[in-house]
Amino acid sequence: MAEEIKLMKGNEAIAHAAIRYGTDGYFGYPITPQSEILETLMAETPWETTGMVVLQAESEVAAINMVYGGAGCGKRVMTSSSSPGISLKLEGISYLAGAELPALIVNVMRGGPGLGTIQPSQADYFQTVKGGGHGDYRLITLAPNSVQEMADFVALGFDLAFTYSNPAMILADGIIGQMMEKVVLPPFRPRKTEEEIRQESPWAALGKPASRKPNIITSLELDPSIMEENNNRFQAKYRRVEEREVRYEEICCSDAEYLLVAFGSSARICQKAVEIARAEGIKLGLLRPITLWPFPTKALAGYAGRVKGMLSVELNAGQMLEDVRLAVNGRVKVEHFGRLGGIVFTPDEILVAFKEKIYR
Amino acid sequence: MKQEIIIAGFGGQGVLSMGKILAYSGLMEGKEVSWMPSYGPEQRGGTANVTVILSDDPVSSPILNTYDIAIILNQPSLDKFEDKVKPGGILIYDGYGIHGGIKRKDIDVYQVDAMDAATEMKNEKAFNMLILGGLLKVVPMVKLESVLLGLKKSLPERHHRLIPMNEAAIKRGMEIIRKR
Repeated sequence: MAEEIKLMKGNEAIAHAAIRYGTDGYFGYPITPQSEILETLMAETPWETTGMVVLQAESEVAAINMVYGGAGCGKRVMTSSSSPGISLKLEGISYLAGAELPALIVNVMRGGPGLGTIQPSQADYFQTVKGGGHGDYRLITLAPNSVQEMADFVALGFDLAFTYSNPAMILADGIIGQMMEKVVLPPFRPRKTEEEIRQESPWAALGKPASRKPNIITSLELDPSIMEENNNRFQAKYRRVEEREVRYEEICCSDAEYLLVAFGSSARICQKAVEIARAEGIKLGLLRPITLWPFPTKALAGYAGRVKGMLSVELNAGQMLEDVRLAVNGRVKVEHFGRLGGIVFTPDEILVAFKEKIYR
Repeated sequence: MKQEIIIAGFGGQGVLSMGKILAYSGLMEGKEVSWMPSYGPEQRGGTANVTVILSDDPVSSPILNTYDIAIILNQPSLDKFEDKVKPGGILIYDGYGIHGGIKRKDIDVYQVDAMDAATEMKNEKAFNMLILGGLLKVVPMVKLESVLLGLKKSLPERHHRLIPMNEAAIKRGMEIIRKR
């Protein structure tokens, strides 16, 4: 039977999708605007059906370290938070990357810096794709722009995390988390059995049989020559991800003379701006990066010789802007428009900025 | 067909749940819908608003510049949203929350005395359904059956016994709305 179309918030969709994916454990701590993830999981009581563990930890730091423990056993484990809470998790995220552990982290961004505001923002772009935690690591980053993608990216995020033995993040914001839309939830999948985990993740610390040496999960290596080898291995993996896993969407791009570049909720608002511009006869298109890392550098570079200007539209002071500029490498003018601190732009504001900065 | 609607008032008036029921009703008719709330420390006393879009085509932005319909339930919301109704659009207000002072001449203005009617019905919780009834009388964007189905979907089962009261309130709202 076809799955029923439901109406729900983005946060609720993440929770339902996590249960249906066969997630083994969720460890979280409440913070607006993402608390519905934990609330929905608690209301659904998946520990009675799939056996999934849902735990409200004593803090964000505890939650990410529980994720580290679960991931070390080869389990499908996840956590979620919002900006200030993600800052607390960054040490653990760096450790996950250093130990090459797969895990899913959800950030439903709010305005900062500091405790900031609970209203939507996209100001954690740098934090997510440029490190955040210490060391030369990369975080696979998916930016959903609809409730449907909130649901779909749970499976995609976990699959990418396990394919590359690397943490993955769903980078959403208060708009996508709080809005309700139609969604078709993914089908139920059984949780992996211990036997399946032993086969698929032979590195997992699930108890040592006599037949092999102990599996050791660590990010610590005091011998710098081995640590350099480890880093070279990470970097080779990151290049493979950059080669294979770039995802983006092009809207009205085929005949575009100008491009908006936007991700997540901003891309939705830009889509309306494109509709209005097209009605005025302006050939405006929208390129929406779906993966923020790996970034659609080649796709943007391809437009550098074809369009007359680009506007990077973000709910921040100009972060993705830097990656757009690097991609086109000075061959076309790229400017930025944003609102800060939890204020969300309207489609009209975007068009006014586009006309001022790019289209004269 | 596309209806872009803002519902704005005090927290606790049922603004968000009215929007939710409207969105569910659209869903029951196979429409594309989006429901975007103001969220935050706004329950009971602060201002709350929700943008609801019902459309035959996929919805691009859940955030809007202007609205086809504004449902205004208190004075601060009138100040904030009166200018954002599209020319030729509709503004519906509750006569208890708003004491006139509407300046726009290029839109259709309707009054529903929902607070008074809810008091008559001895059920202040009927307030938002009275307003919804008024809206559906003026713009029958979804059928009453769809609303009742939407109520069933959006209310937890333990509240299903309240559906007849909600239906009565919607019908009463349809009777008492009047053009200004």
